[in-house]
Amino acid sequence: MSRYTGLKAVFKREFRGYFATPLGYIFLVIFLVAGGWLTVSRDFGQFLEIRQASLTPFFSFLPHIFVMLVPAVAMRLWAEERKTGTVELLFTLPITLEGSYLGKFLAGWAFLGVALLLTFPVVIWVAVLGNPDWGTIATGYLGSFLLAGAFLAIGMLFSALTKNQVVSFILSVAASVSLLSLGLPQVLEFFGNIAFVGGYLEQIFSALSLFDHFHSLTRGLLEFRVIAFFAVLIVGWLGCGMMLLNQLKAS
Amino acid sequence: MESEILVDVRNIKKSFGPIKAVDDISFQVKRGDIFGFLGPNGAGKSTAMKIITCFLEQDSGRVTVAGHDTLTDSLAVRQKIGYLPESAPAYGEMTVTGFLKFVAEARCVADIPAAIARVVEMTGLERVVHQTVETLSKGFKRRVGLAQALIHDPEVLILDEPTDGLDPNQKALVQDLINRIARNKAIILSTHILDEVERVCNRALIISRGQMLVDSTPRDLMARAGNHNVIRLVVREADKNLADQIAARDWCERLVRHTETDWEIFPKDRANHLNDVMAMVAGKEIESIAIQEGRLEELFREITEGVCA
Repeated sequence: MSRYTGLKAVFKREFRGYFATPLGYIFLVIFLVAGGWLTVSRDFGQFLEIRQASLTPFFSFLPHIFVMLVPAVAMRLWAEERKTGTVELLFTLPITLEGSYLGKFLAGWAFLGVALLLTFPVVIWVAVLGNPDWGTIATGYLGSFLLAGAFLAIGMLFSALTKNQVVSFILSVAASVSLLSLGLPQVLEFFGNIAFVGGYLEQIFSALSLFDHFHSLTRGLLEFRVIAFFAVLIVGWLGCGMMLLNQLKAS
Repeated sequence: MESEILVDVRNIKKSFGPIKAVDDISFQVKRGDIFGFLGPNGAGKSTAMKIITCFLEQDSGRVTVAGHDTLTDSLAVRQKIGYLPESAPAYGEMTVTGFLKFVAEARCVADIPAAIARVVEMTGLERVVHQTVETLSKGFKRRVGLAQALIHDPEVLILDEPTDGLDPNQKALVQDLINRIARNKAIILSTHILDEVERVCNRALIISRGQMLVDSTPRDLMARAGNHNVIRLVVREADKNLADQIAARDWCERLVRHTETDWEIFPKDRANHLNDVMAMVAGKEIESIAIQEGRLEELFREITEGVCA
């Protein structure tokens, strides 16, 4: 018996669960259609217009898609368990809180990984069009995967907070948008102008910016501080979510 | 030889804010016991069960299951227990087989196909194994819940209202199943159905407002019921003298006259005084004479209404 007892069983159940109902397929279709459209649209990615063998147009809009779709994946993870009462069944099996929480998280993250893998036609496309920088593509996908994990960890906390999936969805979208917005120039400028503390706030918000760290990876910069940032973010939200669930599971 | 104690509950207390859900409950359940947990809604039965199954932690007191402490050795306790929560929750989108396989994997069952085949046969789920749980009737869902609780052949089985909402045939099937598997297990079941306790359990505990009121055998409890050994006597013709003679006996608490000829005689000591009454009516014409066995329902009402009043 370890701290993560039951992780494998929960992972398998959850991962298969995404493909047991139409919801998983609906998510994949929406994700791929939205991703494809934002990439090639003349108003957004302009993939065809810029005539470069680069996935920058694709990666640029992934945060906007994730901020809406990842909370949709996360919202049911605990809210549904608590609403239907299966949480009682789950936590009276010899499964640790860490095992079940991480099992669900990893299954959701793997599902989002599958969604990212299914965007392979765009990679083939750039390969046909020219000679892309494969390193940048690899770090871009790594950044996208890490960003999806961060949003999922955030969404799971709100799913543990409430039995209502809609409330969970709204709260996690709000939290994800807030975190994403921290690095926007307008936001940094606004907080930077606050007297006395403005400079500090600008620095803090810039350091916490999901956009900045994500764009470092999409530009092909594989830096330890960026990986560590996402790791700390994911582990932090997961840890808080576990503590919250431990308090609320029986309520 | 003394039977092994599998569940040992000592002085547990649990409050939710100002509400005392469980207030100093203690009992022990031995191997072979079928322990009925009785009480009105909100009495604290489910909370006590959730504490024993490690879903909740008690505020004070101690619970051990097969020697393992629920607070310090929770995983070992959960491995020893099979639990059917109230309303038998299950993952609706999974097939019966898929759900049982998940529980078996989580419980590290060695031979999963054999374990599934065993519980499917025990609970009569053969017809529905490939259906998703959400498409099943309430009775089948409850049986799926029982099957998952039995998948690892646990030493301790805890069933929260296992027959609630089932039709009479399904109730009989579940009660029969409990009786069949009871020999080597300690079984705790909570129920509102007092007939079930009389039929299935060899011990019963009545709790109300979180407090333990009675812990005894169903037979003993029945003997303590207010209507135990009440004699119903119907004479052919009104006989005031006879009624007065019976009412004057030192063992007679009271004689209730439903009509001039139909009487109920309540003994003070709940003892059987049928022979005495038979002797008194010898030579007189009587329609019928019968002695009642105490009903748990009566005692349950007396005790819990006394507390709740």
